[in-house]
Amino acid sequence: MDLLGFGDLLLSGTWVTIKLALTSLVFGLAFGLIGASAKLSSFWPARMLATAYTTLVRGIPELLLVLTIYFGGSMMLMAVAEKFGYTEYIEISAFAAGVAALSIAFGAYSTEVFRGAIQAIPKGQWESAQALGMTRGKTFFRIILPQVWRLALPGLGNLFQVLLKDTALVSVVGLNDLMRQAYVATGSTKQPFTFYMAAAIIYLGLTVLATLTTTWLERAADPAARGARA
Amino acid sequence: MNWNWSVIYEYMPRLIDGVWVTLELVFLSGLLGLILAVPLALMRASHNRWLRMLPFGYIFFFRGTPLLVQIFLIYYGASQFDAIKESALWPILKEPYWCAIIAFTLNTAAYTAELIRGAIQAIPKGELEAADAFGMSRPMKIRRIVLPRAFGIVLPAYGNELILMLKSSSLASTITLLDITGAARTIIARTYTPLEIFFAAGMLYLLITAIMIGCFRLIEHRLNRYQHYKVPTEPGR
Repeated sequence: MDLLGFGDLLLSGTWVTIKLALTSLVFGLAFGLIGASAKLSSFWPARMLATAYTTLVRGIPELLLVLTIYFGGSMMLMAVAEKFGYTEYIEISAFAAGVAALSIAFGAYSTEVFRGAIQAIPKGQWESAQALGMTRGKTFFRIILPQVWRLALPGLGNLFQVLLKDTALVSVVGLNDLMRQAYVATGSTKQPFTFYMAAAIIYLGLTVLATLTTTWLERAADPAARGARA
Repeated sequence: MNWNWSVIYEYMPRLIDGVWVTLELVFLSGLLGLILAVPLALMRASHNRWLRMLPFGYIFFFRGTPLLVQIFLIYYGASQFDAIKESALWPILKEPYWCAIIAFTLNTAAYTAELIRGAIQAIPKGELEAADAFGMSRPMKIRRIVLPRAFGIVLPAYGNELILMLKSSSLASTITLLDITGAARTIIARTYTPLEIFFAAGMLYLLITAIMIGCFRLIEHRLNRYQHYKVPTEPGR
């Protein structure tokens, strides 16, 4: 890929985009699991907190979240650090702000996916695990969670598509991702259509790759489908 | 860090101006997108293979790429071609407002078309057979049975799509439009109070989302009223 000598630049941006998406995915999944456990908890303040989290985050634009964390995050961090006697200037990198914003957003949506998946598992399984003498924690990790994975995968796959496309928003605060590098290339070649189209095609390739991976994971997680293939 | 309520109060009118721009963007492109989506969905649900494949590339492209790329492709990309610059379209394509409308419309139409296709395919077969039994022609069947039923089925999903559109409309701020996010960014450039102003902007979005959810509940109830219909029971029968 040459593209007037800017092909390498676009590829380096693509790599940043992939790293951003995967890092946010890991943190987002963790937030989602914590959120879902909180929503299903018998402790009401946890339920309330989780509901506030999902309602708030799902109701405001992702771009606003990125901007708030990038521009407001360092102020918040500095205010906290000041309490501990640290008075130097703290700056948040665009990558860190991006990971924070995207994983918070992903976490809010995946909370609902995980909650649905956990609730879809019959109560009898909890009861039989209890009859075998398992604690609630052990039941969750050994019996429920392995099945949640299969039930939640289709929903999580869709959310990852959204996450992948939302990474482009972080270019607005200056992260050198694919979108940003396309913009840079546009600046010196005066060929905006060529480069944004190239970026669009690369994004399209990434989303197709993500879809294929999800389909493969769904097959791998579903014993019935595996059996049918053999 | 001290929280400054007065800056929110002082700049609220500017943010409210942004609310109107945001609502305009959402409703205009939502409406145009819906008009575009219906024929696309009918094509996608058609029995003719070629007709079904035709909108596929368009829907695939617009659902598989970030909206930000689509906006920049239209707003900045159009200026690369002299043919467009000299055409009658240029007065429209050089305006960020219309570029945003075009990008949002094309984007939402692609998503909505798939939603409506799903709804059309979810209509119980018996209803279509009943329409055939009455001797309805294809256009009449589409107009009287398929579309009204599909709208009832698609409504909850379409409500979600409009809310996603509301959130996506914040991207208009990247091409200089002063919607809620755009207004917030210009205010912050002057006052440097990002937390307060972005908080206020976020609350406005939440408020609009809540109102939209309420409206959709009402429309849904009205459109799907046959589901709540109870046969009136007369006393003494």
